[in-house]
Amino acid sequence: MPKTIEKRNAEEESVVTFTTRGMLAGAKRCLPIAVSGVAIGLVFGVLARQAGLSPVEAWLMSILVFSGAAQFVVIGIWASPVPLAGVVLATLVVGLRHLLMGAALSPWFSKLSKRKAFGSVFFMADENWAMTMGEFQKGKKDAAFLLGGGLVMLVSWSTFTFVGSAAGSFIEDPARWGLDFAFTAVFIALLVGMWRGKSSILPWAVAAFVAVLGYEFLPGHWYILLGGLAGSLVGVVFRGR
Amino acid sequence: MDVDSITLFAIVLMAIVTYATRAGGLWLASRLDLSERAEAFLDHIPGAILISLVAPVVVAGGPAAWLAAAAAALVAWRTGSLLGAMVVGVACILALRSLPSVAPVLSSQFLVLG
Repeated sequence: MPKTIEKRNAEEESVVTFTTRGMLAGAKRCLPIAVSGVAIGLVFGVLARQAGLSPVEAWLMSILVFSGAAQFVVIGIWASPVPLAGVVLATLVVGLRHLLMGAALSPWFSKLSKRKAFGSVFFMADENWAMTMGEFQKGKKDAAFLLGGGLVMLVSWSTFTFVGSAAGSFIEDPARWGLDFAFTAVFIALLVGMWRGKSSILPWAVAAFVAVLGYEFLPGHWYILLGGLAGSLVGVVFRGR
Repeated sequence: MDVDSITLFAIVLMAIVTYATRAGGLWLASRLDLSERAEAFLDHIPGAILISLVAPVVVAGGPAAWLAAAAAALVAWRTGSLLGAMVVGVACILALRSLPSVAPVLSSQFLVLG
């Protein structure tokens, strides 16, 4: 583990940038994700319509909340009158993993102006966050990558939410086209890039074990947060071994 | 083009809560003077979160998902291409699911990631 500490120190000495070029690079890299997200946006739109939201309401939700996980869960409990407390609680529980993700950005983002850093994190979704961390770990330092990827995803997500909601129920199940696996494949590819040899084995094994158990036995999305916490903690406790 | 005021209120609450979770981790970690231990913790988060997103979906997806995951990992390892891994992963799962013997169709529950 001393190696990663050295790496971190080296990163801290160099400058974190925030350029249009970095933003465009992020947009370009996230474009395939946004394209395979089209089907999911359509499905969300259809479900939102069935739950009683108008196309404009669903569209606003996709722009302002911009979290597929939170939105699918909330649509599942949506009723008339709107169960406000349940909606807020479900959103909070699903969003808790963002705390860890934002903390992981901090070595780079804390070097930006507050406006850029806290503006950018609005656009932090699982996919562009993971890609941004991958870039940082390769030694690249343009923090606008997150924003660029997020913008492309937000435009796609909100547009196709609206289309799905307006078009109604003739949208087919994206699992039929294998598109549900697109995100999983991208996450796997990013993981391959993050592999650091032996020191990754134990934290990753523990995270996977806890996540699989959590997915089986706990409601909702606790498994992501619990797996992430367990793996990171094990990584700290057993560092340097 | 109707927007109900209670619905809008719920959406705004959701937006505030979600943004708070997005900003909260960065805010806390930026304010604290991080120890070496805390830095090691942050260092492990990306891998641990990604594994936690992936592992349950792959495990529950049955043999088709296991093979497609292995193919995606292989492509990423040999080529370093995210797009290549995505295309191969999707193509594999599509082909394998069309074989009746190894085709437990994934429920749309697995879509809920973003």
